[in-house]
Amino acid sequence: MGFLNFFLGEKKSSASVAKERLQLILAHERNGRSSSPDYLPQLQRELVAVISKYVSIHADDIKVHMERQGDLEVLEVKIELPETR
Amino acid sequence: MTSKIVVVTSGKGGVGKTTTSASFATGLAMRGHKTCVIDFDVGLRNLDLIMGVERRVVYDLINVINDEIKLTQALIKDKQLDKLYILAASQTRDKDALKQDGVERVLNELKEMEFEFIICDSPAGIETGALMAMHYADEALVVTNPEVSSVRDSDRILGMLSSKTKRAIDGGEPVKEHLLITRYNPNRVEGGQMLSLDDIHEILRTPLIGVIPESEIVLQASNQGLPVIHMQGSDVSEAYKDVVARFLGEDKPMRFTEAVKASWFKRVFGAK
Repeated sequence: MGFLNFFLGEKKSSASVAKERLQLILAHERNGRSSSPDYLPQLQRELVAVISKYVSIHADDIKVHMERQGDLEVLEVKIELPETR
Repeated sequence: MTSKIVVVTSGKGGVGKTTTSASFATGLAMRGHKTCVIDFDVGLRNLDLIMGVERRVVYDLINVINDEIKLTQALIKDKQLDKLYILAASQTRDKDALKQDGVERVLNELKEMEFEFIICDSPAGIETGALMAMHYADEALVVTNPEVSSVRDSDRILGMLSSKTKRAIDGGEPVKEHLLITRYNPNRVEGGQMLSLDDIHEILRTPLIGVIPESEIVLQASNQGLPVIHMQGSDVSEAYKDVVARFLGEDKPMRFTEAVKASWFKRVFGAK
């Protein structure tokens, strides 16, 4: 078998197929499980309030997003400042 | 004295939870620790058969929870080890009989009786029985086979351990998780037909406490009602003893994880 495979082009082992499939499905399922924490909307409102003291921004200009990267939870806050005219 | 509650769980059925509970509890008692192993599989009890005490079950966990008898009347003392006790599951009642406050009371009474380790053998699935078995756990053995459905279910169970247990709800220190891989066949791993322990470890990201090789000795032991750790000299028995030692904090390298080369004779004439 090994000899033939060598000439016919290496075929992926079934174990590595299993590993790839698991990594894909589990990444997906873990995301669904850790739904974003419920304090995010409140955090967003308060951030808008604080920033509005200094710069005039709209509530939609700020995006708050929680994401899992491996073992880390990353809180992403994106604030778009209006163009200075 | 502090007692430790350890749940043996997996999500998927048939991966070796009861085999592991029986041998793990027996191993702890062999090392001199007063240990109780509880079957949480209400309606489908099996731990009594694996431990070889099925003819001595008079009362069970549900009788104790319902306050029909005293805990000491339901505890079955192991024939060989005087530090080992078994608490059987009920064969007749349904799972709803497992009330959380009742489970808590039984566990507290066991602690008062100075049991050092309380091993909870979880049923398969993710319903009441499994949730009750893990709820009060301090540590968890997650039993996984090198096979896609088992790994996926273990991931699900790991998620529940970190969100549904008492420790998770109270926001205290999380349940300490240990990964135990069973039915491992190094030769098939080398042939690329089976997920390797590194693969499984990488996917589940949980510290590995041991690898139990696939072996026919497990069936031989269960046929006789002997926890497989008692099968002296077998790889499986040795592997379970290592698991117990690591659990107790000893440093033991993994064994039985490398492929055994077939002799040239077998390779030429074929073994299987």
